[in-house]
Amino acid sequence: MSSNTNENPSKFGDYGGQYVPEALMPAIEELDDAFRRYVLENEGGFVDEFRERIRDFGGRPTPLQYAEQLSARYDTDVYLKREDLLHGGAHKLNNALGQVLLAKYMGKERIVAETGAGQHGTATAMAAAHLDMPCVVYMGRRDINRQRPNVFRMRLNGAEVEPVTAGRGTLKEAISEAMRDWATTVENTHYVIGSVVGPHPFPTMVREFQSVISEEARRQMREQAGGLPDSVVACAGGGSNTMGAFAEFVSDEDVSLFAVEAGGSSLEVDEETGVAPNSASLSTGTEGVLHGARTRLLQDGDGQIVESHSISSGLDYAGVGPELAHLVDEGRVTPVTVDDDAALAGFHRLSQEEGIIPALETAHAVAWLEDATSDQLGDSVVVCVSGRGDKDLESVIEETEKRDIENAPDMDVFSASGAGGSE
Amino acid sequence: MSRLDEAFADGPAFVPYLALGDPDLESSLEYVKALERGGADVIELGLAFSEPIAEGPTIQSAVVRSLEGGMTPTKFLDAVEDLDVDVPLVCMTYYNLIYQFGEEAGPRPFVERAAEVGLSGFVVPDLPAEESGPLREACDEFGLDLIFIVAPTTRGERLERLMDQTSGYVYVQARLGVTGAKADVSDQTGESLDRLSEWDVPKAVGFGISSGEQAREVVAAGADGVIVGSALVDIVAEGTSAASRTQSGDVAEGHENGDSTEEVAARLEEKARELKEGALAGAQARTRPERT
Ligand SMILES: Cc1ncc(COP(=O)(O)O)c(C=O)c1O
Repeated sequence: MSSNTNENPSKFGDYGGQYVPEALMPAIEELDDAFRRYVLENEGGFVDEFRERIRDFGGRPTPLQYAEQLSARYDTDVYLKREDLLHGGAHKLNNALGQVLLAKYMGKERIVAETGAGQHGTATAMAAAHLDMPCVVYMGRRDINRQRPNVFRMRLNGAEVEPVTAGRGTLKEAISEAMRDWATTVENTHYVIGSVVGPHPFPTMVREFQSVISEEARRQMREQAGGLPDSVVACAGGGSNTMGAFAEFVSDEDVSLFAVEAGGSSLEVDEETGVAPNSASLSTGTEGVLHGARTRLLQDGDGQIVESHSISSGLDYAGVGPELAHLVDEGRVTPVTVDDDAALAGFHRLSQEEGIIPALETAHAVAWLEDATSDQLGDSVVVCVSGRGDKDLESVIEETEKRDIENAPDMDVFSASGAGGSE
Repeated sequence: MSRLDEAFADGPAFVPYLALGDPDLESSLEYVKALERGGADVIELGLAFSEPIAEGPTIQSAVVRSLEGGMTPTKFLDAVEDLDVDVPLVCMTYYNLIYQFGEEAGPRPFVERAAEVGLSGFVVPDLPAEESGPLREACDEFGLDLIFIVAPTTRGERLERLMDQTSGYVYVQARLGVTGAKADVSDQTGESLDRLSEWDVPKAVGFGISSGEQAREVVAAGADGVIVGSALVDIVAEGTSAASRTQSGDVAEGHENGDSTEEVAARLEEKARELKEGALAGAQARTRPERT
């Protein structure tokens, strides 16, 4: 679909590959074949149908909005790629709709997915309802508690949500459980993985569906600003909005690409508990094999995967997409980090300055503008607003109360006179 | 002939699995010896990995117990070195642990040390033939076998590629899904064995076998061996939870007040005997002529 269509490598440098149980290998080969035929070669008019549905059902193209207040604040032209306005409230629908439609073309009868923030689960549940496929979503216990609105949205759309209690009950465990389901039901089921992670062809395929973000942004920049941006900024959990926002700019060597990772509460690993209180696998991880791919991981010296942490459940993952890891090694993408506190401040700032309440994931990308130098940003920057923040309001209230965040509203005080508080 | 080939040479082999370090290293070493007394021909020792994607709930819990007890690849290899059993031992683990071991990147240091401590081979469930080149090379260099899993979904060219690469035995996955004891033998077993009939490598069937009767059926259907994990791990788990009930959770200290290590070991030995006898009965019951 994108300009680099006929490329479908199974490896990015040393990263990528297919490290999965043998039972899944035939399904992965079948998927690779289907991806080539339908997505890369438009067999059966797949791409046309995808584009029509992502327009009419999804609401594409999303706007590229000039952000006046942020532009003044950072003394550079800030453009926001508004994936939060996509149906479902996040970029996740691009991939979910693409994969569910592909599953349909492949004759599969059932969809499984995993979810962290619940955005991918929600998008998959919506796409599955739209295309009339039964859908089961695995979600960590802890994430179910932090993202209740999305759990409800998935169930409204008819998906079953399966709680996963292993480990810390976050995205890593949910992916393992979804893979186990798939290994059991592979003959009639497609696993809609939620980011540019997992075995080949998933990283390439998900990037391909998400590259619509940069395809539009590139065109919109030309039309609205008369040229390409100097930099593109996107948050990185698994890296799907990241790769989506970067893909069409990768060959534009003059455009700087910044992947903003969750710095959590610290970049150091807590050796005692075996927890990395961050999920900065590009910035601090080491090479290894997890969930079907060789990539950068948060792991201990023995190769055990350590638990990650982020205030934002969509970034809370110990791995990252292999292609993104490769682009970082190549020096094409610069990884940076934003910690929990700064992300919260970024959340409040975008809400106040621009009237956009972002997802906590997105808030990391926005928050980094505060740290970036004008050299890094250049004269114009595109920030991927990967999703909207409705899902995060409960967590934001709770987390804001724990901290002293200057620009946050005080939830106990409604007006100077205290009026409106009486009964 | 490798030690694994020999183990399959006379009669059907019984291949039990336990996670080393479940619930603690000392006890699990006793359990391994009990399995040998019970008739094990090869023992698969699980080295716990934090993301065991091919395992069902039973073995996942064993892995958690082992990791919580402090198991590491180094401790695993040291323990194997000290382990006093005669049957060949196979290490079952996930690729990242093999890959990360030692100073130099890649599987070679782990395989070198595995050879030193006397392991006979590897089963690596998340390493398909496509990605196995470096491990295969290291195994060839140090004389270890690399056992591949053939799944019910494996057919055609994939099957040929796997059979070219596997050595020691081939692990015939009896049903789709993850590990876990089941009450019946899957129809997929017979079909898989039929697909493999022309290959001259021992065929050990695993995934779901839990009783002597099932072992008999599987061997009667043409298997050269049976692999049993979850049904044995269940015995360890029950002993462990009985111990923790009476010792307020302190299971690592031996199980004096609950089920002692000896009691659990005795049950494992008895279960092993049942499974081995089942396998032997299956060989006798083979009504069909030997497959060629
Ligand atoms: C709004 C939003 N942004 C970003 C992410 C992070 O995922 P990725 O890095 O794959 O874009 C998520 C994940 O759930 C999300 O919901």
